[in-house]
Amino acid sequence: MRRLIVILPVAAFAALIGVMASLLTDSERNNDPSRLPSALIGQPVPAFELPAVTRNLPGGFSSADLRGRVTVLSIFASWCVPCLAEHPQITQIAETGTPVYGLNHRDKPEDAENWLRRHGNPYTAVGADLNGRASVEWGVTGVPETFIIDADGRIIYKHVGPVTPDALNDKILPLLRGTRGG
Amino acid sequence: MKTLRGLLTALFILSVAAPAAVHAVQPDEVLDDPALEARAREISAELRCVVCQNQSIDDSNAEIARDLRLLVRERLVAGDTDEQVLDYVVARYGDFVLLRPPWQPNTYLLWAGPPIMAIVIATLAILFLRTYQRSRNASLGPDPLSPDDRAELDALVERVAATTRTGTGPSSTFRAELADGLRHLDHPENSEDSLGDDGANTGPDSNPDPDRDTHQ
Repeated sequence: MRRLIVILPVAAFAALIGVMASLLTDSERNNDPSRLPSALIGQPVPAFELPAVTRNLPGGFSSADLRGRVTVLSIFASWCVPCLAEHPQITQIAETGTPVYGLNHRDKPEDAENWLRRHGNPYTAVGADLNGRASVEWGVTGVPETFIIDADGRIIYKHVGPVTPDALNDKILPLLRGTRGG
Repeated sequence: MKTLRGLLTALFILSVAAPAAVHAVQPDEVLDDPALEARAREISAELRCVVCQNQSIDDSNAEIARDLRLLVRERLVAGDTDEQVLDYVVARYGDFVLLRPPWQPNTYLLWAGPPIMAIVIATLAILFLRTYQRSRNASLGPDPLSPDDRAELDALVERVAATTRTGTGPSSTFRAELADGLRHLDHPENSEDSLGDDGANTGPDSNPDPDRDTHQ
């Protein structure tokens, strides 16, 4: 009985340390608290409709445009520095033939137009979300974010933050190849 | 002194008034219907600002918090119940947006954890205290002065008194005897010869043990 009293708290403490250590070192699990699990994975695309940013940019699109084939939706803004960092990767996705739609989040239309003119416009269509209302429908917590939508119009993947070359090659391109093949 | 008092008064007023001012709701967001607005405020206090994480959208100045506040009001105006509004936001941002986690299978441990820990700790504490008390009682043992010891001590004291009365003065033999008796009382197990055996037939001037005459 006495031994139990000594051993039990020590064992409980050791177990706690073990659980914490495994959570800290488990690289598969995403332990960054700023990364939130998306509630939208597996869900159909939310209803939304966006106008074109300016007359000079192809665009205006809605939920209907994201059905029928695999598409990528990129949330971006000209004021967002990480968006510039991921722009080459977004362009690379578009070059594989997958249509990429751009949701221009809370931006000035002329700024967005200038930004796309300077850095290239990989988007099939760009829509202006001036008040962030459509972004809320997508559960967006910040820019940039990237979604992959399958041919049935279901969200199958969400990437938070800039798409780095690693994220592109390890996650997004394989997923796109997989969904197209199957 | 006067300025100090004024400063303290100002600080007090600020500390009382400040909590009322922390809400981030902008005048243009407020609904015309005060009842709806009150419900919006209540719902907003339950929703986490997803980029600031430990603020409700009612407290946060972040853009997304504002977007969500407007969404809450939009849904309320559209006729949603409070629950429907919360469900609407949860469907898009996940359970994470709820500042108060719901009671569901993946949160059972979260909710039950603290009470379970309290019970475990209380049980351990009670067990420990019981064992501790029992072991302390065991180590203390019975009263070190047994009735025999007591009688012996009384006899010694009586003899000291007798010697003083007769005026012969306490002999060194007797002093040694007394010291030995006291030692015997302190460590009964270490003493080979029990005082009870020879104490009765030793007079003040006799030397019962050759070992003890080193003092003479």
